[in-house]
Amino acid sequence: MAPFAGYEMPISYPDGAVEEHLVCRRSVGLFDIDHMGQVEISGPGADEFLSGLVSSRVIDMREGEARYALLLNEGGGVIDDLFVYRLASGWWVVVNASNRETDLAWMRSRAPGGVRVDDRSDDTYMIAVQGPKAVALLDSLSGGAVSRLERFTSSRAAVGGVEALVGRTGYTGEDGAELFFPTAQAPKLWELLLSESSRLGIEAAPVGLAARDSLRFEAGMPLHGHEIGPSINPIEALFKWACDFEKDFVGKEALLAVAAAGPSRRLACLDVTGGGVPREGCAVLGPEGEAVGECVAGMYCPTVKKYAANAFVRPDLAKAGTALAVSIRDKPRAATVVKRPLYIPAYRR
Amino acid sequence: MKIDQSCRYRPSHEYARKDGPDFVVGISDHAQESLGDIVFVEMAELGKEVAQGEALGVVESVKAASDIYAPVSGTVSAVNGALQGDPALVNKDPYGAGWLVRITPSDPSQWDGLLDPAAYEKDAGKE
Repeated sequence: MAPFAGYEMPISYPDGAVEEHLVCRRSVGLFDIDHMGQVEISGPGADEFLSGLVSSRVIDMREGEARYALLLNEGGGVIDDLFVYRLASGWWVVVNASNRETDLAWMRSRAPGGVRVDDRSDDTYMIAVQGPKAVALLDSLSGGAVSRLERFTSSRAAVGGVEALVGRTGYTGEDGAELFFPTAQAPKLWELLLSESSRLGIEAAPVGLAARDSLRFEAGMPLHGHEIGPSINPIEALFKWACDFEKDFVGKEALLAVAAAGPSRRLACLDVTGGGVPREGCAVLGPEGEAVGECVAGMYCPTVKKYAANAFVRPDLAKAGTALAVSIRDKPRAATVVKRPLYIPAYRR
Repeated sequence: MKIDQSCRYRPSHEYARKDGPDFVVGISDHAQESLGDIVFVEMAELGKEVAQGEALGVVESVKAASDIYAPVSGTVSAVNGALQGDPALVNKDPYGAGWLVRITPSDPSQWDGLLDPAAYEKDAGKE
């Protein structure tokens, strides 16, 4: 257990982080992620307000649709990354636990009169069910409601008798769903997911923070404070696709300037073959042994069986195939820039 | 926590077990359990001379890298090559297939000064 954004979170359960990672890739992982925050944005003008607040295009979203979005500061840095759901009643925005207060203050300071920004985190529980058999497990508890949802859409459904907002979303690279429901129902639904999986003969296990990190890392998803952050812009972090330059949004001017000048660094994924586990803070070295960047995340990746790092490096060194080195315990270790993501799940191949 | 009764221990959780002229060195069951999944092992090279208490290598878990210290002075006479392909052996069988190195001691009496199993169990139990 470890303190995390005011919550006591398991780093791993007794099976260990590697096994938790693998069970999610081959069957089902259960994620107790109530620490994630939820913000509801509603009222007249809410659509235009959100559209101007986040870099991603949201205005064209249909009811039920879910989309990845970035909340930027005026300098183009990433205050937080969000998942935005368009509901009949307004917008449901999932925020990172550690940024919840910052996000709320930022949103409220910009919200025009009439737009409500409500923190729904405390009365909402969140469980993610992820993996190739996650939909089958959830279908069994919801009369088939989850397989009827397309990827990146949501709807209300009763899951094991618990009224929930179900999003066909997640942060592991696997198929599956995220469930939002009243906090009081959490122990019941968690137990039900475990008992139903054993009744169906579907292997399912709880997954802690460490495996959650390695799952998202392999699948090429960013973690705030690592690949993205207030002093990292989406262009250098390879999130230009999440910026809609056809509309106005906070940070757009700064990003246009970065795009015009070209970013001073770029995110690259390194396959470290020279021994050792690359970690956050390890220097990246160029051909002459000179520092050319720094790792922002690094770990052993259980599915692809690689020691890999994400690092910001000089843009000319960010191309796949470039030979670099990572300094681990003051020794340069051979590394190669590889294509992201390291892992593409079966359903997307 | 499993304690191998034939070993002596350092308070930093390395064990040494007499085996012919050598000592087999590894980390205790308690250590592997608190480190969590071990994903990389890097030990001193064959033939390297190490002094008691000197760094012998590093064991890396999902969480962090941990230095491993020599329980006795001597020469590294074997390194467990199986750990390169399967570092998790340290978790599965720390006193057996998950051993780290063998040391040919320069002063075998150093072993007698290490913690005996009862003392180590008491010491590790405090953590």
